[in-house]
Parts: sequence; C-alpha cells; structure tokens
Amino acid sequence: MTSTNSTQTTTFDPEMKMQSIDLNAWFGTKQALKNVNINIKTNAVTAIIGPSGCGKSTFIRCLNRMHELTPNAKMTGQILLDGENIYDKQVDPVQVRRRVGMVFQKPNPFPTMSIYDNVAAGLRLTGTKKGKNLDEVVKRSLEQATLWDEVKDDLKKPGTSISGGQQQRLCIARAIALQPEVILMDEPCSALDPIATAKIERLVVELKRDYTVAIVTHNMQQASRVSDFTAFMYLGALIEFGPTRGIFESPKNPLTEKYITGEFG
Amino acid sequence: MRGAPQLSLGFLVNNNSAGGIGPAIQGTLILIGLTSLFGIPVGILSGIYLAEFGTNKYATTMRSINDVLTEFPSIVVGITAYGVIVIALIGHYSAIAGAIALSFILIPIVARTTEESLKLVPNSVREASLALGAHKWRTTLSVVLPTAKAGLLTGTLLAVARIAGETAPLIMTILGNRYFFQGLNQPMAALPLEIWRDSLQPQASLVAQGWGAALILILMVLSLNIIVRLASRGRLKR
Repeated sequence: MTSTNSTQTTTFDPEMKMQSIDLNAWFGTKQALKNVNINIKTNAVTAIIGPSGCGKSTFIRCLNRMHELTPNAKMTGQILLDGENIYDKQVDPVQVRRRVGMVFQKPNPFPTMSIYDNVAAGLRLTGTKKGKNLDEVVKRSLEQATLWDEVKDDLKKPGTSISGGQQQRLCIARAIALQPEVILMDEPCSALDPIATAKIERLVVELKRDYTVAIVTHNMQQASRVSDFTAFMYLGALIEFGPTRGIFESPKNPLTEKYITGEFG
Repeated sequence: MRGAPQLSLGFLVNNNSAGGIGPAIQGTLILIGLTSLFGIPVGILSGIYLAEFGTNKYATTMRSINDVLTEFPSIVVGITAYGVIVIALIGHYSAIAGAIALSFILIPIVARTTEESLKLVPNSVREASLALGAHKWRTTLSVVLPTAKAGLLTGTLLAVARIAGETAPLIMTILGNRYFFQGLNQPMAALPLEIWRDSLQPQASLVAQGWGAALILILMVLSLNIIVRLASRGRLKR
C-alpha cells in the first residue's frame, strides 16, 4: 500500500476529515479507480458527480471499507481519517464502519424489524447500547432525520411499511443513531420522487452541522444545491475537484464543462 | 380409509397384545424428537456455513457431498448404519442407531433448504448491517437468519415429515418391538415398521391394525404439512 507516482503532497491536513491518497481500486482485473485524490472537509458536504460507471460509488465504498466485501475486489493507496490510514494492518474495518456511516441507493431498512428497532439496530448489533437510553437515542435520531413527527405514533410498525422516502430517512436515522463522524450517501435519492428528494436534500444540508457528509449523485442540480465541494469523476479518474460554485460556474477542464452543460453523461 | 374403523382411544394408547399401536406411535415420536435433536442443528449450521461463508474450495466440496447425500437411497443409509452402529459400535439393534441413520437423511435436506432460504435474503440487507459496523457473525445471526425465518421453518418441517415415513433404515437399526419404550439402546417400535409387519401377517385383525397405523402416520405427516402451509403463509404476509 505504498504510494508511487504521487500526484499530490500526502501530508495530513487538519481541516480535512478524510483524505484519499493515490487510491486505486479493482474488481477482478477491471480497474475502477485510477489514482484518485479527494479531500473531504470537516462539517461540509462533498458531492461526487460523474456518469454511470465512473467509479463514484466505488470511491465512497472505499471510504468505509465496504469495497473489500465484494468478491475479487482489491485496492491500493491510502484513506486518511483524521490523519490515520484506515487501511493500516492494525485497523479493524468494523471500527472504521462505526465511525463512517453509510446510506445506500435503495432504502434498505431491516425487513423483520419495526421502525423503532431499525433505528436501535446499530446500537444493538454493535453491542454499544450500554449506558444509553435507547428511547432517547431513537427519538433524537428520528428527529435529526426529520422523520419523528411522521412516525412517532407508529414506532412498532414494520420498517418496510412506510413510503420509500420515509424509509430512506429511516435509514439515515439508523446511521445517525451510532453518532458516526462521517456519513456517506450513495445516490440516496435515485429511487425517490421529487418531493421526497427535496426533503432528503434539506436534511443533507442540516446534517453538515454535526457531521461530515460525502454524497454521490448523478444529478448535477442536486450537487449544486447541497454541496460545498464537488468532485467530477470520469472513467475511474478524478477530472476536477474544488468548491462547488467554481466547478459549476467556471469549470477548468473542458470535460467537466461538457458534462455540466449536459453534452454527455 | 380402510384404517378408519380401527381408530379408537385404545388403538392409540394400548400395546400390541391389547390390539393397539401405542408403542409404534410412541416410537415414531421419540425417533422424530431424537433425529431433530441431532439433525436440525447440524443441518442448519451447515446451511449457514454454505450460504454465508461458503466461497472457498472446502465449501464447494461440502456442497457436492451434501447434494449426493440428499439423493442417497435410504436403504443404503440403513445398511451403513447397520454395519457401523448396530454391529460395530453397539452390538445390537437400538433406538439410537435408528435416530442416527435418520439424521443422515435429514441433515442434507435441512442444509440445502437453509442455504437456499439464506440466499434469498437480499444482499442489501447484509450490507446495511455491515455498514453499521456489525460483525459478520452478528449480521448472520441477528439480521439474515430472522429475515429467512419462515423459509428455515418450512424446510425443516418438510424434512421432518420426510423422515417420519422412512421405513428402510429402521428395519436395519431399531428392528421393531411389541412393547413401549425400553431404553435408547434397545430395539423400539415405529409406525412405518408397524405398517410393514402387520400388512404381511395372515390374520385379518393384524392387517386391519396395519391399515390403522398407516392412517395415523398419514395424519401425522399431513398435520406437519399443514403447519408448513401456515408458516409459509406468514412469510407471504411479510
């Protein structure tokens, strides 16, 4: 995991919650990421945009070590979380995932659990509920996910009984309940209608007060609405990265401009 | 339906000398209990291993052995149990030998259905749990298994129904007996054996007794199947 042909300085920047350094990833022999260097700033929203298959999902799955769960998946390079490489030998991936939570493309509440149990699941499954008031954690998490008012009378109902948009906010509440430092979102709105999408977008902006957020999206308007920084990826490589406004108003790379103006994608 | 006239409380609880099949019913229930005790845990654990951790060479081998065992003729299982347990290990016919032989029929079926039901659990459910920072074993135990619960129950009950009617392995292991339970290391009666013996007898009363025993066995298997139906209806509701 040593980095050769480094394209940027690998020093730790204390403003950055997470840094990827010369990240390469493969599925079998197919290379999905090529020397990707992206910094994710603390208490900000970083959006990763790009056409399908450009490696944006693979990238954020590397950030909480979910990538390695796919059979035949490999990676090289480093991911720093508060300056420590999460791929170091002595680091337990399970601990990394407790600090870096994730929300998936399709809402995936646990089908056998109630709404309440879904939110409490993280604490129960990781054995970290000791000394915590579960009722309080569940209430606070659902409030933060702006779902409490809609479900407070139905906490015993199955997590799959609510609408898709509500299920996705339930999944966000489930991630928040563990009080992670970073929340990764992998196209969280792609299965939702515009109204549910708007709710999630508002929520994302609110979440950055307490958390660091990285969001993958194929929707450029969404990126411009919610994010502070934007990374544009194409064919596994990072093409351009910077403050969202700069990327959308004055892209430096012609490829970025083409994508943003809708010439391809 | 020729068994129907036989049915009475005495027929169900009396021993053979008093014209009942009590020992056979008791024997079959003991056999089902013992076999389930040995076979279900082993079968379910093997199924979990194959479905959740079975990507290596060892598991591939195990899976094909399991497939072969599923199709094994039950008479061969019986004769193997006869050679290994009845002759070599214990030295005489015994209830425990029958339960072990039946376990070898039960385990592969349970393992296979367990594997299949766990594979039906969507991967997104596993990922959700792992992404929360749950360990793999915890994910399997607390998230995947409950999701596949109805499938596991169905598969297990069907396997139990299948072994309840097995005759061939019992002829060579528990032998049959006219008395109530005498101990795990003694020969024991069972419904399939009762049917087989009675139907070969010259006396009309014994043949009729065989018909009665057949009816009871069918009713037992039928009620297991009804339970399966109810269990899988619960699965559809989810």
